[in-house]
Amino acid sequence: MGSTNSTLLKIPNVEVLMRETGFSPAHIIRLHDRFKALDKEGRGYLCPQDFGAIKELAMNPIGDRIIGAFFSPGKETVDFHTFVKILAHFRPVDKDRPKEPNSPEPINSRSNKLKFAFQLYDQDKDGKISRDELLKVLRAMLGMQVTEEQLESIADRTIQEADLDRDDAISFEEFRKSLEKVNIDHKMSIRFLR
Amino acid sequence: MAFLREFALILALVAVFSTSCKAAALEVDSFEVDNDFSLKSSAAEDTSASTNDSGHGSSTITTLPIVTWKWHHVETPYLVALWILTCWLCKLVVELNHSVTAVFPESGLLIILGFILGGIVWGADKAQTFRLIPTNFFYYLLPQIVLDASYCMPNKLFFSNLGAILVHAVIGTCWNAGTVGIALWACYEGGAMGTLNIGPLQFLLFGALMSAVDPVAVIAVFEEVHVNEVLYILVFGESLLNDGVTVVLYNVFDAFVSLGGPKINAAEIIKGIVSFFVVAFGGSFLGVVFAVLISMLTRITKNVQVIEAGFIIVLGYLSYLTAEMLSLSAILSITFCGVCCQKYINANMDEKSVTTLRYTLKVMANGSETMIFVFLGVSAIDKNIWVWNTGFILLTLLFVVVFRFIGVFFLNWVLNQSRLIPIDYVDQFVMGYGGLRGAVAYGLAAILDEKKIPEKNLMLGTTLIVVYFTVILQGITMKPLVQWLKVKKATQSDLTLNGKMNNRAFEHILTAMEDICGRMGDNWWTRHWNYFEDKYVCWLLMKSDARKNKDPIFGAFHKLNLEDAKTYVTEGERKGSLAFIRNYDNASVDFKKKLALEYADIMPDIMADMSEYDFGIDNVPVTSVMKNPIPSVSLDIHEQDRKGMPDHLTAHHLLDQHLYKSRSNNRPTYSRSHYNTTENPDEMQEIFQRTMRNRLESFKSAKMGVNPAKKLSKHPKKDSPHKPNGKPGDPHRTHPYGDEDFEFSADSASSSEIAGHFPRSTNTPGSGVDNPAFVPEMDTSPPMRNPPWQTETGNNTAVAPSQRAQDRLPWTPTNQSHLAPLRMSTHSTDTVVMADEEAPEEKPGTRHTRL
Repeated sequence: MGSTNSTLLKIPNVEVLMRETGFSPAHIIRLHDRFKALDKEGRGYLCPQDFGAIKELAMNPIGDRIIGAFFSPGKETVDFHTFVKILAHFRPVDKDRPKEPNSPEPINSRSNKLKFAFQLYDQDKDGKISRDELLKVLRAMLGMQVTEEQLESIADRTIQEADLDRDDAISFEEFRKSLEKVNIDHKMSIRFLR
Repeated sequence: MAFLREFALILALVAVFSTSCKAAALEVDSFEVDNDFSLKSSAAEDTSASTNDSGHGSSTITTLPIVTWKWHHVETPYLVALWILTCWLCKLVVELNHSVTAVFPESGLLIILGFILGGIVWGADKAQTFRLIPTNFFYYLLPQIVLDASYCMPNKLFFSNLGAILVHAVIGTCWNAGTVGIALWACYEGGAMGTLNIGPLQFLLFGALMSAVDPVAVIAVFEEVHVNEVLYILVFGESLLNDGVTVVLYNVFDAFVSLGGPKINAAEIIKGIVSFFVVAFGGSFLGVVFAVLISMLTRITKNVQVIEAGFIIVLGYLSYLTAEMLSLSAILSITFCGVCCQKYINANMDEKSVTTLRYTLKVMANGSETMIFVFLGVSAIDKNIWVWNTGFILLTLLFVVVFRFIGVFFLNWVLNQSRLIPIDYVDQFVMGYGGLRGAVAYGLAAILDEKKIPEKNLMLGTTLIVVYFTVILQGITMKPLVQWLKVKKATQSDLTLNGKMNNRAFEHILTAMEDICGRMGDNWWTRHWNYFEDKYVCWLLMKSDARKNKDPIFGAFHKLNLEDAKTYVTEGERKGSLAFIRNYDNASVDFKKKLALEYADIMPDIMADMSEYDFGIDNVPVTSVMKNPIPSVSLDIHEQDRKGMPDHLTAHHLLDQHLYKSRSNNRPTYSRSHYNTTENPDEMQEIFQRTMRNRLESFKSAKMGVNPAKKLSKHPKKDSPHKPNGKPGDPHRTHPYGDEDFEFSADSASSSEIAGHFPRSTNTPGSGVDNPAFVPEMDTSPPMRNPPWQTETGNNTAVAPSQRAQDRLPWTPTNQSHLAPLRMSTHSTDTVVMADEEAPEEKPGTRHTRL
């Protein structure tokens, strides 16, 4: 316990962080260790290169997009707080947590999870997934298995499926609607070790 | 009314049944017809005694019999078939009225009908003649049910919840068996049941057989309730695996009972535990081995597609029997066989075979499920098994239910400690309540050895009561309970590309997050398994072409397109039916409009998808579709339609005006592996030539003073069959809508030929063309009549499938080119690939003749 507290104390504003993200102290410590391990040079922040050093991530077809999601536009670094907040998207929704009426929406809420996924597609941040953006993601994920034409028709069909206002792009609202029946909580949560 | 009808059917059932009895009776002594009714009772007994009495057997032949009565030759199979028929008719009766099945689960109703049937038999025979024999149950009824259940198992869901399922199936079952047995024994010792000749080991044996949660009953009840998928897979997976475990436990305890109390020492107990694991895991392993065998076999069954599906059934059954032979768990073996091989055989086999397999299994499984329930009812009508012991029966019921609940709640609590999404209490309650006992328990009770267990009949009777209680009572209350507790229902998730695509994206995101967090979580394992599977397992078990095309996103895409196409056709047939062929212009336009309106938001690209459909309806195996660039190409068209709308419209107009039938798209094929499509540039050239020719004509005619009637050229073709002067006697026109004829033959013919073909059939010899409208057309056609052309058509019409295709969709090509102008994109580059090879060679010749 002593070591726990001492590690926690090293992190500034840890209380706020825990309240915002809902992580337990054990989680925070674990993540902090990981953060330090990734931050090989001990700068206190991470660069895209640090993420790139994760071998498995390099194999991930949309890995670069996911890394990109950690960095807010224009920034080249991510500090521990942001790091934890991003990861907090993937905490399973806790049911027994008392719902305070005026508390802000928790980071791991359904719509926040969806927003995270949405921004992976929407690289130009115009609030819409255009055909090209979709095509890029599909190409990355489907790889060599389909031809370019097939890919394009899949992209078209996907857009048409979700596109309600016929602007040939998927807005966030449309994105959410298209995934209305999907159990996002199951599909966008990972187990964090305590 | 419905009830009356039902009643009539029940009467019919009874009639069917009594005929079976009567048939037997008649046979016993055909001379004593007047004694028929008294004989009926004994006749139904399929005893060998009656064989000796049989009329034809005993009498000496004095003359050559023309026909003889040979009941005993067919008795057993005949009775079996009759019973199967009777049981299935029972199901028919049950399903007649859905207001009943909405409240009452089908399984319960079947059991009750079984009571009635059993009562009839009893009334006729004054003894139980038919009952569920364990051997029949375990060897002929159960395997297909398990195979079907495992083959249709949602694979991913099953494996992602495998841990929880195994915990419930193994630990939960052991818990149930142990506690029920021990608690009953304790109560017996406490004097709750009077004097019975049952020792503690027998109680444990009884507990073991009572712990079998029956998949048949569970599927039957839960399928009607539609609970959420996780709950469903937990209950269902558990019931499936738990049968295997139960049988193993049963065998271990049975062995203990045979050994007798005193001989059991620590070593024997350890042996029992070891055998438990060896039997359970050995069985599962054997199943996996068979799954590998099946998958590898389906790689090479391409040439025997007709029986492809049969291989899976036979090999699955063999895995069951092999496990049984090695005294491993047969149920576990066939379960894992089905679960593991489904992915690979579905990819390897032809789509048709997959459908065949699926339906065959469903027929077999549902059929035997029905029989099992009916016979569970029939078996109850027996004086001998009803040894009443209130204490024993009630306590068993109580313990079975109570310990099930305790076990489920405890195990779920343990599991929830580490589950990502905990199982909530409502779900846990339903899980506990879903512990339906069924035929497996009965089967196990029925094979108890009366020498070793003197109170076998009491146990058998109690088992039946527990089965009835759980299946009927719990079955009935399940639905209201689920509604009342507001159990999360299964979301009716339609297959959408968005869903599929995002699923994939989510998987990648989660794995990435786990990588970033630096822990090896579930997603890590999933990914590594996927990697391993991709690299080695698929290489071993999948055909190479299937391997390339197994991407689920594309699969979803393909499936969606097929669905759309089907709706399109059904809609078209419903609305346009034949009217829109006869009344070509109006109807087709209407139809198009209506469809566009109705489907505007649902399936916007439906037209475009038609192209995909054509490949589907020809039942071209998916693999070959994918192999071929065509689908991609035709799919591509709808992208074109987005961009090139005006283009299409003009093209459409042009074609419409000039009788030109587009044939580049939507080319149904007649050979499995080969597609023929006409070249597109060709088409354009043709259009151009046509236009030029027409202009020339009109110019000429204007000069010569003949009525050009360009516009009319379109109609005569359509109307010609009706026109007296059209060509009623035209020998070439067998099809009322003759145009179809050459539309199809056009497939293989070179494009330019078709152009010629066209006019020719409109004014073939003999038909006096009075209509000036025909003139322009006619004038152009003479060159087309020449022999080279005709031989071509001959060849084409000789192709059998083309005829079939004509029958299939009378309006296919012609109308669709009108209905779906989008598809006739003038630029589908795609078609080039498919282009008819003959076309370029033939082109010059014909063209010359024409010009």
